[in-house]
Amino acid sequence: MSVSAPATSAAAPATVRPSRPAQPSALRNSLTMLRRNLRHARRYPAMTISLVIMPITMLLLFNYVFGGTMSAGMGATGAEYIDYLVPGILLMAVGAGVLPTTVGVCVDLTEGIVARFRTMPISASSILTGRAVGAVIQTLLSVVLVIGVAFLVGFRSGAEPIEWVAAAGLIALMCSALTWLAVALGQLVKAPEAASSAAIPFSFLLPFLSSAFVPLDSMPDWLRHFAEWQPYTAFIETLRGLLLGDEIGKFGPLAVGWGVAITIGAFLWARSQFNRATTR
Amino acid sequence: MTRLLQPPAPPTGTPAAITATALRKSFGGKAVLDGIDLHIPKGSIFSLLGPNGAGKTTAVQILSTLIAPDGGDVRVAGHDLARDPAAVRSVIGVTGQFSAVDNLLTGEENLLLVADLYGYRSREARHLAAGLVERFDLVEAAKRPASTYSGGMRRRLDIAMTLVGDPSIIFLDEPTTGLDPRSRHGMWEIVRELVGDGVTVFLTTQYLEEADQLADRIAVLSGGKLVAEGTPEELKRLVPGGHVVLRFADVAGLDRAAHTLGVGTRDDDALTLQVPSDGSVQSVKALLDWVEATETEVEGLTIDTPDLDDVFFAVTGRPDNEKVTTR
Repeated sequence: MSVSAPATSAAAPATVRPSRPAQPSALRNSLTMLRRNLRHARRYPAMTISLVIMPITMLLLFNYVFGGTMSAGMGATGAEYIDYLVPGILLMAVGAGVLPTTVGVCVDLTEGIVARFRTMPISASSILTGRAVGAVIQTLLSVVLVIGVAFLVGFRSGAEPIEWVAAAGLIALMCSALTWLAVALGQLVKAPEAASSAAIPFSFLLPFLSSAFVPLDSMPDWLRHFAEWQPYTAFIETLRGLLLGDEIGKFGPLAVGWGVAITIGAFLWARSQFNRATTR
Repeated sequence: MTRLLQPPAPPTGTPAAITATALRKSFGGKAVLDGIDLHIPKGSIFSLLGPNGAGKTTAVQILSTLIAPDGGDVRVAGHDLARDPAAVRSVIGVTGQFSAVDNLLTGEENLLLVADLYGYRSREARHLAAGLVERFDLVEAAKRPASTYSGGMRRRLDIAMTLVGDPSIIFLDEPTTGLDPRSRHGMWEIVRELVGDGVTVFLTTQYLEEADQLADRIAVLSGGKLVAEGTPEELKRLVPGGHVVLRFADVAGLDRAAHTLGVGTRDDDALTLQVPSDGSVQSVKALLDWVEATETEVEGLTIDTPDLDDVFFAVTGRPDNEKVTTR
């Protein structure tokens, strides 16, 4: 059955309408979606800036306000507290990316633009993929910024280039895990306001219940058990090992395991929610 | 009780843009669509009319592949909705009740985004966007973020985005809800132009006037069923109550007229006689001819034709008329 409309519009007879091209690939659709998200980020830098505000505040606060006491309390480790602190702050910067992504996904769904995309002959996964890749890029940029500030306030790493590469890979893995989790959470919550509370555990709570600020040994038993096995600690300890030369031990495989498991699990969760969802 | 039209036998000659048989959808055990049949010819405007919550949006969501029906057979432009949703998506365009525009992008960027998703090359996309911006009177606003647009502008941008894909079937879900009267009339013009281009329009509305103004055929959705279907004229004929009201100077005149005419309802207080009429010129002229021939002295005359409001209430059920049977 022929379904093509007349090539010229009755309302604008002077313009010849370009005929519609063949449907582009999922990759091209994803790139279009990615460009859309990056354009949002570029045009409204407030969200990106808010990404780095919390980790940098924490960095300055713990370094200058609590740093003296912390250093004294951890005297046995022999390391400068700023060096101990930075890996945890970097993970906090990654966790801070959960909030804007959750809100962004939720807003997209409530505002109906995604309903439009779904009625178009485009790859459905490109909608989520574009969002996730955009968020990963944005968050990694904020991590770079935080590393810059860390160096300014006295962080020093003796890491070899290969260790830096491994550290970057680890941060990227954590970033993709948390981003897909955020994409799933954004679909789960019904309103942007709820999105911010859904993000709090990942941007705030879990970093504090890890070895980000204080060593595991200093925690009461029950908390230490939780902190020891939760993903943030695994990532932080591995990062510490790579950047400061501390022993990594079991935390290396644990970090990679958590990262891959969360990424895959959250991706599948996000995708199944997306395929099942009706418009709201 | 109101007599309703039989659903018309599917016209065999006209190719159908949309057909649906026994379409069903329930949410949480409540049947929102309870066996809907549709046959919408190509190039026509079909209006699904119903009160809020009648299931109009659900019908659009199903037909536009957003949600799956529980049962029924649907073909859109010849493509089976269940088997080949991608083919359906490639020929349809949807403009929902809540504008599906990206508020953070400008109007132009919104159009380019959609063009990019359809795979237009950058030059074509710009050309296309420029044409649509002009056609929908958005030239001055094109470089501003959509978040700054008025309701009418957002709707126009929304439809412009829908047209980027050159759809042959367009779903408009309550396109004028929340618009001021001027924007509403502008939207009506746009819809008429679309059909001039050969597009089939599936329009939902809760405004009877809108359906009356635009639609070739109207179906009234109530309680999950189509309780009436036909052209606006056919629907209006469903409701008795078209009449001409003759007003007289005194009771004697009313008496005489009522006696000689032999039909009508008299109101002695208002000194009026209500004569059944379909409101057509012929029937009014016949009545006037009679007035002249019998030298009846009539003080005034009003013609009262049923409008779609009467139809709407008749078929969706007033409190005293709840059980309306369809077939």
